[in-house]
Amino acid sequence: MSSHVTPTEKPGWGFSIGTVSLLVGAVALGALVIAANAADPMMAAHAWLFFFLTVGGLLVTGLWAGARNGRNPFDPAFYEDTIVKFGVAASMFWGIAGFLVGLIIALQLSFPGLFYFPELGWTNFGRLRPLHTSAVIFAFGGNVLIATSFYVVQRTCRTRLAGGMWPWFVFWGYNLFIVIAGTGYLLGVTQSKEYAEPEWYADLWLTIVWVAYLLVFLGTLWKRKEPHIYVANWFYLSFIVTIAMLHIVNNLSIPVTLTGSKSYQLFGGVQDALTQWWYGHNAVGFFLTTGFLAIMYYFIPKKVNRPVYSYRLSIVHFWSLIFIYIWAGPHHLHYTALPQWAQTLGMVFSIMLWMPSWGGMINGVMTLSGAWDKLRTDPVVRMMIVALAFYGMSTFEGPLMSVRAVNSLSHYTEWGIAHVHSGSMGWVGFISFGALYCLTPWLWKRKALFSTALVEWHFWLATLGILFYIVAMYVAGITEGFMWRAYNEFGFLEYSFIETVKAKHIMYIIRVTGGALYLIGALIMAYNLVRTALGHGEARDAEAVPAQGPAQSPALQPAE
Amino acid sequence: MSFMKRHETLERHSLLLTVGILVVVAIGGLVEIAPLFYLENTIEKVQGMRPYTPLELKGRNIYIREGCYTCHSQMVRPLRDEVERYGHYSLAAESMYDHPFQWGSKRTGPDLARVGNKYSDEWHLDHLIDPRSVVPDSIMPPYAFLVEKKLKFDGIEDDLKALRLAGVPYTDDMIANAKADLVVQASPNTDYDAEDALVARYEAIAERKGTLKISDYDRNPAEITEMDALIAYLQMTGTLVDFSTYEANDLNNRR
Amino acid sequence: MTDHKLEIDEVSGVETTGHTWDGIQELNNPLPRWWLYIFYASIVWAIVYMVFMPAIPALPGTGMTNTLGIRGHSDRALVAEDITQLNAQRAEGSAKLLTASLSEIETDMNLQQFALAMGESAFGDNCATCHGAGGRGAKGYPMLADDVWLWDGTLGGIETTLRHGIRHYEDPDTRNNAMPAFGRDGLLTSKEIDNLVQFVLVKSGREGDAAAAGRAAPIFAQQCTSCHGADAKGNRTLGAPNLTDQDWLFGGEPRDIQQTIYNARNAHMPAWQGRLDDATIKALAVYVHSLGGGEK
Ligand code: HEC
Ligand code: HEC
Ligand code: HEC
Ligand code: HEM
Ligand code: HEM
Ligand SMILES: [Ca+2]
Ligand SMILES: [Ca+2]
Ligand SMILES: [Cu+2]
Repeated sequence: MSSHVTPTEKPGWGFSIGTVSLLVGAVALGALVIAANAADPMMAAHAWLFFFLTVGGLLVTGLWAGARNGRNPFDPAFYEDTIVKFGVAASMFWGIAGFLVGLIIALQLSFPGLFYFPELGWTNFGRLRPLHTSAVIFAFGGNVLIATSFYVVQRTCRTRLAGGMWPWFVFWGYNLFIVIAGTGYLLGVTQSKEYAEPEWYADLWLTIVWVAYLLVFLGTLWKRKEPHIYVANWFYLSFIVTIAMLHIVNNLSIPVTLTGSKSYQLFGGVQDALTQWWYGHNAVGFFLTTGFLAIMYYFIPKKVNRPVYSYRLSIVHFWSLIFIYIWAGPHHLHYTALPQWAQTLGMVFSIMLWMPSWGGMINGVMTLSGAWDKLRTDPVVRMMIVALAFYGMSTFEGPLMSVRAVNSLSHYTEWGIAHVHSGSMGWVGFISFGALYCLTPWLWKRKALFSTALVEWHFWLATLGILFYIVAMYVAGITEGFMWRAYNEFGFLEYSFIETVKAKHIMYIIRVTGGALYLIGALIMAYNLVRTALGHGEARDAEAVPAQGPAQSPALQPAE
Repeated sequence: MSFMKRHETLERHSLLLTVGILVVVAIGGLVEIAPLFYLENTIEKVQGMRPYTPLELKGRNIYIREGCYTCHSQMVRPLRDEVERYGHYSLAAESMYDHPFQWGSKRTGPDLARVGNKYSDEWHLDHLIDPRSVVPDSIMPPYAFLVEKKLKFDGIEDDLKALRLAGVPYTDDMIANAKADLVVQASPNTDYDAEDALVARYEAIAERKGTLKISDYDRNPAEITEMDALIAYLQMTGTLVDFSTYEANDLNNRR
Repeated sequence: MTDHKLEIDEVSGVETTGHTWDGIQELNNPLPRWWLYIFYASIVWAIVYMVFMPAIPALPGTGMTNTLGIRGHSDRALVAEDITQLNAQRAEGSAKLLTASLSEIETDMNLQQFALAMGESAFGDNCATCHGAGGRGAKGYPMLADDVWLWDGTLGGIETTLRHGIRHYEDPDTRNNAMPAFGRDGLLTSKEIDNLVQFVLVKSGREGDAAAAGRAAPIFAQQCTSCHGADAKGNRTLGAPNLTDQDWLFGGEPRDIQQTIYNARNAHMPAWQGRLDDATIKALAVYVHSLGGGEK
């Protein structure tokens, strides 16, 4: 258990390639069997997709390993950074895809006559909305988390990623899951459980990938060369462990046949509802919060070169945050048929969650003390601090919305959408952008970003975009909330439902504008990052371009 | 200071830290979810609940497939305006056979928990084909393709069996006759004995009459389409429970 | 694995914990007081709230349920109370409305306003989906804001329509009369139906093939007059529309008319008895009656 244990007998570097290939090969075989006997065309499509992608993966692995000439590709003297580069690229790609789909569904609600296609059922809002949420949360957010966690855990443990080939399995396996999930929604393969829509076989695959992720992460912690585990890693670890638990329990389902795509949830009705929101709320809590707090805990102090504000605050807010978060799920079910005692628990724990949430914000913002000028001079730092401001805002608003009286107004309305997007576009988006802006020059060994001016543009466009989006949705949400419950002087409901739909039209259009600005910002960022990686502009004078192939950072020897 | 010293143990031992995290995050869920399975008052005692007929179940699966939950809730809250707009607030009992539940979290469109029997089949047909033809300001997507898609129900018995595993009280009789039941519910006046058998099977378990509708939902007697199934489902939502026998203040119903 | 010595951060003068990870250190600042106090306060508040409200589930096997809280709060009891209050507020108007005749309503300004408010409110979410906002109608769903009536345009007649619906077969008193599907059921040939279409076109004063219409006249007399009348002006006791006006329920294009005769439409209007209470139904009748075409 101690940090200095190093395995005495190391299997050769081919060992992990062999085990990964074995697993992938077994999955390919299984996919082939299912493809041949598929009970429905969706399953057939997915089984073939699985089959070709896994076989393709095996082929590429074989070719690549064959070209190694006995040189250890997993040399423990170097950090595994190539995978992080792939992760940066994947994040950027999925981010843009997700924002684009968000923009499309926003357009659909604003101009139904133009953006619905009666002959193309798969383009309907009901199928594209889960595509948007999964693309931004799981594809964009998930790739950012995997990439940064792999980067951070290596630096803060001063050791190469554990598991040889297994981190690659995690990365590609995860992205395969995304492809299966996304194509599934378009094909109509969904469990219609919010944020857990993928069907049983995609769920199973993700379980395998996630366990591998946990083992890789733990293995790296295990062989770390630092005596202590850095706070960012506590947060990453809690994110990985808890998501595993949530994912498995919330996706317990019974496939109709093993060769068909359809399954039925094991739990039903009120039990399923609470399990779902126990999961759903903590997808926010552990995916979108603790995971991104981990990013914050590494990238902010690193970028501003100041110590983390308070170690004690880290400890207290970490444990209180993860303990309390789990209880808050029922605030998504206020006034529903969920027994009221559970609603009470959901509400009081949400309120107790306020300060633990703010602990992370305090620790992040106060880390800047002594370096406040960076807010002005470095737009990347500003982006990350504004992320924390949005984090603070949405974690104040969250407890407020958890008060049952407030929730009776906000629930079901656009207010919820405003809250979601201040949290996700503001906090998740901005902290991720910050991390990507840091990572790209670091990974590709560039002196600076291609253009700081473009970062400024991105910052202001995206900030403006978020403001347009959330202000419009607050107005729309509060308007419709009050219209729904408005009574006229005689004691009768004042508005019909469709009048409330009409009333939101202008706000929907403003949201479209906001979404477009945000997307443009992301496109500018992608351009900037590509040029940076290529070593153009301000990034030109590379610090150290190694002669042989991709840059690798040596893993430092333990300091005594 | 001493608690920081103790915390060091966790910071030094990755497995201890992992186990610590797991224990801390397991508690809340256990305390909140587990009681729902054993507390007597979780699901109200009511009359009328029955499993979905095969046709309704297929319709519900289409509702799930199309992601209607992204816009429609199926949960009327016990609030004055909702009860007035949509009808009696929803009970936990009403979704006890729903795997998964579809309460929803966003009302871009109105609540659908009690839309059953509110409109005519033709209206649903018109509305689903082109919502703006009947409600000019609607922002709901068109689902015209459903009238062209023949309903596939070869494996319907397996669906009922899977649900029975999950605890839905489908009888052997229901499973054995699933296909016939499905066909006859969408084909009125073709086989009166089969109609009676279908009604008898599901009314027996509901202990209530009049919740089963037999109709050619899509006005196309030649075919059983996905539209038939979806409308059959919509037309029964929220119609099962007999509210004349439900008493909110009964101790069994206090929670 | 020696512990690092505590060091002092030069910028802030605060001690660090002595560890360094990839160049990152941690200060040993205390917990901000305000933070801690608000956290404590939220915990105290949570406990108090849990005492007052239903909150703590019993352990399994104890046979108990959950704490109900010392306030005895229940959403379901509260909403029942709210509705009772609301009904009390409207009770006077509703009671008056239920027994009032048309002329009483028309002369009692307050009552009329009350009825219209009640009717308009119910109309928006229950009727406008089919009959359009303000009763403007849609193809297949009659306009209610005109003086063309299929069945009955008096206050009582409208109320009967609402209460029992039209072709709402679950209700034994529903208004019912079904036009045969002449084409689908093989009662007439397609040729005959085409001729009938021309006949209807001509009857309604539009351009049509007079020869074809002439050929259809005997068929009309034989098959259609029983409902639509010899003059094709319809029959309101049977809900058969007037075919000589420009008011088309299912569209007046030749194709629409052909479809109507071939397949018949026999549209359904739900019955509202049971879903809406008596006063609301009456108010709706008053509202619809007031839209423009109400008959005495
Ligand atoms: C983009 C959001 C959206 C989606 C997706 C959507 N709807 Fe709707 N729905 C609406 C809106 C808005 C209304 C209200 C206007 C209207 O009646 O069209 C509505 C109304 C309805 C109504 C009438 C309810 C009432 O009481 O008046 C029904 C029934 C309905 N939808 C069924 C469905 C079904 C079934 C699906 C999925 C196959 C679906 N909807 C998908 C937005 C949506
Ligand atoms: C599902 C659609 C639908 C809904 C909802 C609906 N109606 Fe109708 N209504 C119809 C149809 C279709 C007809 C015509 C039936 C026929 O062809 O005879 C009709 C006919 C009527 C008539 C008779 C018109 C006449 O000319 O005699 C009245 C009055 C009426 N509706 C009022 C209402 C009111 C008031 C409501 C709300 C409480 C309502 N309707 C809700 C479909 C609907
Ligand atoms: C048993 C009674 C009955 C008979 C016989 C009958 N109809 Fe009808 N017809 C109706 C009713 C009732 C309606 C209204 C249907 C509805 O409201 O859905 C109607 C509607 C129509 C309409 C549609 C009017 C509109 O406004 O869109 C046309 C056209 C029509 N009938 C023509 C005919 C012709 C031509 C014949 C003879 C071949 C015929 N009908 C025989 C009862 C009858
Ligand atoms: C203290 C922290 C927070 C609390 C207590 C909280 C509370 C809430 C509440 C009460 C709702 C509304 C439920 C409803 O009425 O439907 C909600 C919805 C949501 N929140 Fe938060 N929130 C917090 C932080 C965040 C953050 C930081 C994010 C994003 C990163 C976020 C993302 C979401 C999402 C995605 C939903 C929508 C769920 C859905 O209905 O689909 N929340 N939250
Ligand atoms: C270009 C930027 C974006 C646009 C235009 C956009 C648009 C939308 C739209 C239109 C919806 C549906 C709202 C509804 O049903 O009424 C939605 C939902 C959602 N979006 Fe976005 N979005 C954007 C960015 C993001 C980002 C960056 C994230 C997360 C990282 C995100 C997470 C979500 C979530 C979780 C929901 C579901 C909310 C709920 O169920 O309550 N979005 N988005
Ligand atoms: Ca799933
Ligand atoms: Ca049919
Ligand atoms: Cu939540």
